[in-house]
Amino acid sequence: MALQSLDIRRRSATTTPSPQARTTLEIAKLIDISKCIGCKACQVACMEWNDLRDTVGTNRGVYDNPADLSAQSWTVMRFAEVEPDPGRLEWLIRKDGCMHCSDPGCLKSCPAPGAIIQYSNGIVDFHQEACVGCGYCIIGCPFNIPRLSATDNKAYKCTLCSDRVAVGREPACAKTCPTGAILFGAKEDLLEHSAGRIADLKERGYRNAGLYNPPGVDGTHVMYVLQHADRPELYSGLPSDPGISPLVVLWKDIAKTVMGIGLGAAIVGGVVHFLTQGPNEINEEEEETL
Amino acid sequence: MSRQQMILRHSTGERLNHWLVAILFILTGLSGLGFFHPAFYWLTSLFGGGTWARILHPFFGVILALCFFVLVARVWKDNRITSADWQWFRHLGEFLRNRPAGIPAIGKYNLGQKLLTRVLLLCILVLLASGIFLWQPWFAPEFSVEMRRIAAVVHAFTAFVILLCFIVHVYAAYWTRGAIRSMTRGWVTAAWARHHSTTWYQEMAETGKKSQGAA
Repeated sequence: MALQSLDIRRRSATTTPSPQARTTLEIAKLIDISKCIGCKACQVACMEWNDLRDTVGTNRGVYDNPADLSAQSWTVMRFAEVEPDPGRLEWLIRKDGCMHCSDPGCLKSCPAPGAIIQYSNGIVDFHQEACVGCGYCIIGCPFNIPRLSATDNKAYKCTLCSDRVAVGREPACAKTCPTGAILFGAKEDLLEHSAGRIADLKERGYRNAGLYNPPGVDGTHVMYVLQHADRPELYSGLPSDPGISPLVVLWKDIAKTVMGIGLGAAIVGGVVHFLTQGPNEINEEEEETL
Repeated sequence: MSRQQMILRHSTGERLNHWLVAILFILTGLSGLGFFHPAFYWLTSLFGGGTWARILHPFFGVILALCFFVLVARVWKDNRITSADWQWFRHLGEFLRNRPAGIPAIGKYNLGQKLLTRVLLLCILVLLASGIFLWQPWFAPEFSVEMRRIAAVVHAFTAFVILLCFIVHVYAAYWTRGAIRSMTRGWVTAAWARHHSTTWYQEMAETGKKSQGAA
């Protein structure tokens, strides 16, 4: 059940308008990677608030723990040791999770009405009770975020703490971040704030510092301040130009229309053929000859 | 109608196999359509809801494929395309306008039926292969997201082609009087056989595979 206090912009597999009488502020989360110290308090806060307990994994020799997102881990810190310039080692730590796209590929792909909701404030939320477990959201996502639970075959991901936001509180990760690397607020305010941060980083020598708010998905509601915005892939493979795959567009937009018309035409064709030509039958005289 | 000669067109085994395929096709189709377009999502209620439709659809599909392969093996000998079929094909316009005069004699099945067999076989193979890439939770996680995207497009397109084939097949059976009876009761009248499958009728007449029956 969608949160009653939030209006809905889009609803998966639904062709009629969704409730949108209220006016809600467009919100966002700004993750300033230059301020992140990799303490994973955000991961803990996420587990705490959402009552998630992933299974204990094994040490893979790197700081990433757990190693990947799962139905029980909606956010993970990804640690990348890179040399953006020769001889200059940098440890780029990115808090990975749902980006809450303005044009969500998961929602486009989802066949179950109401299983994926985009609130008018920008949050993209999964409603597991309507989820059928087909995994199409995984196919649609340009950021490889949703995960199917092996327990119940439902898809899970970061909710941007929609339940907290709906009652005027910030997401658990933003509340807990000790360095203020995760900010939450009106998207407009955060865009303004990020401009100041980027100017500061540029002053400190990060010539290509910039904001990650990719236009290919009409912007996101989780944005990053990157020291190297010209090369987002340095940050554990953050896509440089994400967008809904043309295959997904072909599958969900073009194919649906063309095929709907095609099947309709075949049925109409049959009816017209029968009404104009009549049945293919053998006349009485022909039957009598045997 | 007078007492006349009947010819067995579809054996009991063929009929049972055909209807098993038909029922499985309808179950697979109805359970899959909900995932094709939201307008059809209500059809998933027939199976106990979206989740049940998602669970059952691939199993229906695999059983359908197996039953269909057996059916194809049964009827393949009468489905080989001959030069007579291409002669017949030149008169397709007359055939569709119910003007049988001058249409060349053909065997048990016409070219449309033979092509249908082939297109259905191809579609079912493609649906089976692409479906494995999408089958949650068993197989899909083994494949890359990009492979699954391609599979989803291919699966939807092939499903569209097979639905078109289904519509054509059902309509052709309805349009051709006596065809449905040949697949329910098994027999056709001698006149029907001579009219629609002249060469096959002559073969049947030579081998004496006719039976007396009341119409």
